[in-house]
Amino acid sequence: MKNSINNAFRVAKKENRPALISYTVCGDNTKDKSLQILNSISGDLDIAEWGIPHNCPTADGKDIQNSSYRALQNGIRLNDIFKLVKRFKKTKPSKPMILMGYYQMIFNYGDKKFIRKCKEAGVDGLIVVDLSFPDNKNFAKLCKKNSICFVQLIAPTTTVKRMKEIIKSSHEMIYMISSISTTGSALKYSIKRIIKNYNVIKKIKPSKNVVIGFGITEKTISDLRSADGLVVGSAICREITRSLKDRQNPVTNVSKLVRKLKNNII
Amino acid sequence: MIKLKKKIPLIDQHDKFGFYGDKFGGNYCAETMRKPIEDLSKLFEKLRKDRKFLKKRDHYFKHYLGGETPFFKLENLTRHLGGAQIWCKDVSAINGDAHKAYHATVNALICKESGKRYIAGDTGAGMFGKNLAMAAKKMNLKCKIFMGTKDISRQAPNVKFMRDAGAEVVPVDSGSKTLVDAVSECMRHYVSNCDNTHLAVGSAIGCNIFLKICAWSTSQISRELKKQLIKEFGEIPKLKLINVIGGGSSALGFWNEFIDHDKKHVELIGVEAKYAAPLSTNAKVAILHGAAQYCLTDKEGQIAETHSLSAGLDYPGSSPLHGLLKDSGRARYTNASDKEALAAFKLITKLEDIRPSLEPAHAWSECIRLAPKLKKSDVIVVNNCGKGYKDKKIYIEQLGYYPK
Repeated sequence: MKNSINNAFRVAKKENRPALISYTVCGDNTKDKSLQILNSISGDLDIAEWGIPHNCPTADGKDIQNSSYRALQNGIRLNDIFKLVKRFKKTKPSKPMILMGYYQMIFNYGDKKFIRKCKEAGVDGLIVVDLSFPDNKNFAKLCKKNSICFVQLIAPTTTVKRMKEIIKSSHEMIYMISSISTTGSALKYSIKRIIKNYNVIKKIKPSKNVVIGFGITEKTISDLRSADGLVVGSAICREITRSLKDRQNPVTNVSKLVRKLKNNII
Repeated sequence: MIKLKKKIPLIDQHDKFGFYGDKFGGNYCAETMRKPIEDLSKLFEKLRKDRKFLKKRDHYFKHYLGGETPFFKLENLTRHLGGAQIWCKDVSAINGDAHKAYHATVNALICKESGKRYIAGDTGAGMFGKNLAMAAKKMNLKCKIFMGTKDISRQAPNVKFMRDAGAEVVPVDSGSKTLVDAVSECMRHYVSNCDNTHLAVGSAIGCNIFLKICAWSTSQISRELKKQLIKEFGEIPKLKLINVIGGGSSALGFWNEFIDHDKKHVELIGVEAKYAAPLSTNAKVAILHGAAQYCLTDKEGQIAETHSLSAGLDYPGSSPLHGLLKDSGRARYTNASDKEALAAFKLITKLEDIRPSLEPAHAWSECIRLAPKLKKSDVIVVNNCGKGYKDKKIYIEQLGYYPK
């Protein structure tokens, strides 16, 4: 499945819509439940992103913090995450799986061992929130050597000069942060401004798949339809929190939400 | 073993990625923060060479913070312990009651220079928060202080001070509700507001530029001490410089001018709180708040919880610069328990007129352990870096009294 990420974008493009990418935290609220949630929404997804919970997540807002906290309370460990990815890929071999986390969790495990384990489990891509360019050069190389896509991030604060360097060293997917914020806060910029930033990136290298994330909800997703891909994370985590609070089944509620998200971009 | 470079300030001994000794520090931060911290680095490098700015800093240190802090011998304690001469560098005499005053003032000055109108900082014991609130008021900046809810209740006098100075105190109720969570939340605030807010990290931690600004600011302590030592002894005598370590900002300031001295001549001793002691308990290197450092974690790499009566020391990490000093063998690190710190406070305040806060009480505890083993010609200097009034309630709870 070497090019399954590229493939996912190709399929979406053919259907004239952005790729839909979910972000949930692996192990939220239990190991099995998080897999059930992912399995139940995977039909509507083009790419699945799973967060590796960390107890000091400095770029995450309240919703993802809550999800990470629940997962950690239930004792999730890195080795469990690899096992769960393996189980997911067993039933959905062509669905790309990206792990997202903070570098401390990888550093503690050991870069090489971590990447080897990712490869064995079937991970297609990695996003490391706090390992930014150029500090990530060696790590990105190591990913490439193992056919794992290292996803670079570009923020509204990134200068065009830096953008060019980042794009040059990027793999098949680039993650654009919508506005100056942590995950999950309401979009701070107008849709027009976000699309403008997006176009700057696309103009530099049109062939790269650029996805937009941070603050995308059921309400805003259709306005950003012109992007290659859209990531929805906090809105899903919030739905899990709400479901648990109301003693409802998060699996069915999240499925409904993701179906709506999908409907809004078709 | 890492080798320190001579004649290069400690804060400048990093590579182009911000690493000290190839392993400590760096810039582990979200992409959103890269440009703002790069801009800040450029501004700081310009300002530290700018005569006008240095003059302004010195003016504030002298007229706003009250100038040189006293240096004196503790005759009674020296006699009582019967070993080395014990001297006190009483940084707590500064307007602002702790070394954080230097760091807060410099940050407010830099914020002003950057043209930003908002300043945000984290605080544990409340000393940085209070000083930042004061400096912000003085310089007409809007100030937000992030503080764990556990610390808000145990350091209430400082919280009142911050609010009275017009700062907004943002309670942080996540995780252990202490400094580590306050720093995280403050960094999140910065990630979301870096276009108009200056981030003042409360200790010598965080991405490269933040620890540089901090250690550069507190180094005023050792500049003064060097002069005071020469005035008193005619030379730099054989010294032991004892300082408490939380994040490690006061120690870096207290030691800065003495780094190039041989360690047999000027020994540097850092004292951590027993259950928040990454440097003295062989913790692993981990990444916390943007930098690689000695840090307490569990086996999985999650950041560990710490326990200390002292809010300023209740932090799992340590400055990357202390990692450098430890691995180069230049400084040595030990720790003291809550009980030992309280006992030190009891003895010091019985014999002398100083009233250390819980943080320097840890340093005094090591001094009390060490002094009797040394000769009369040996000189110990302890950085008394915080005033005790903020811990009055805790002292009364623990000891049954607070001395006059």
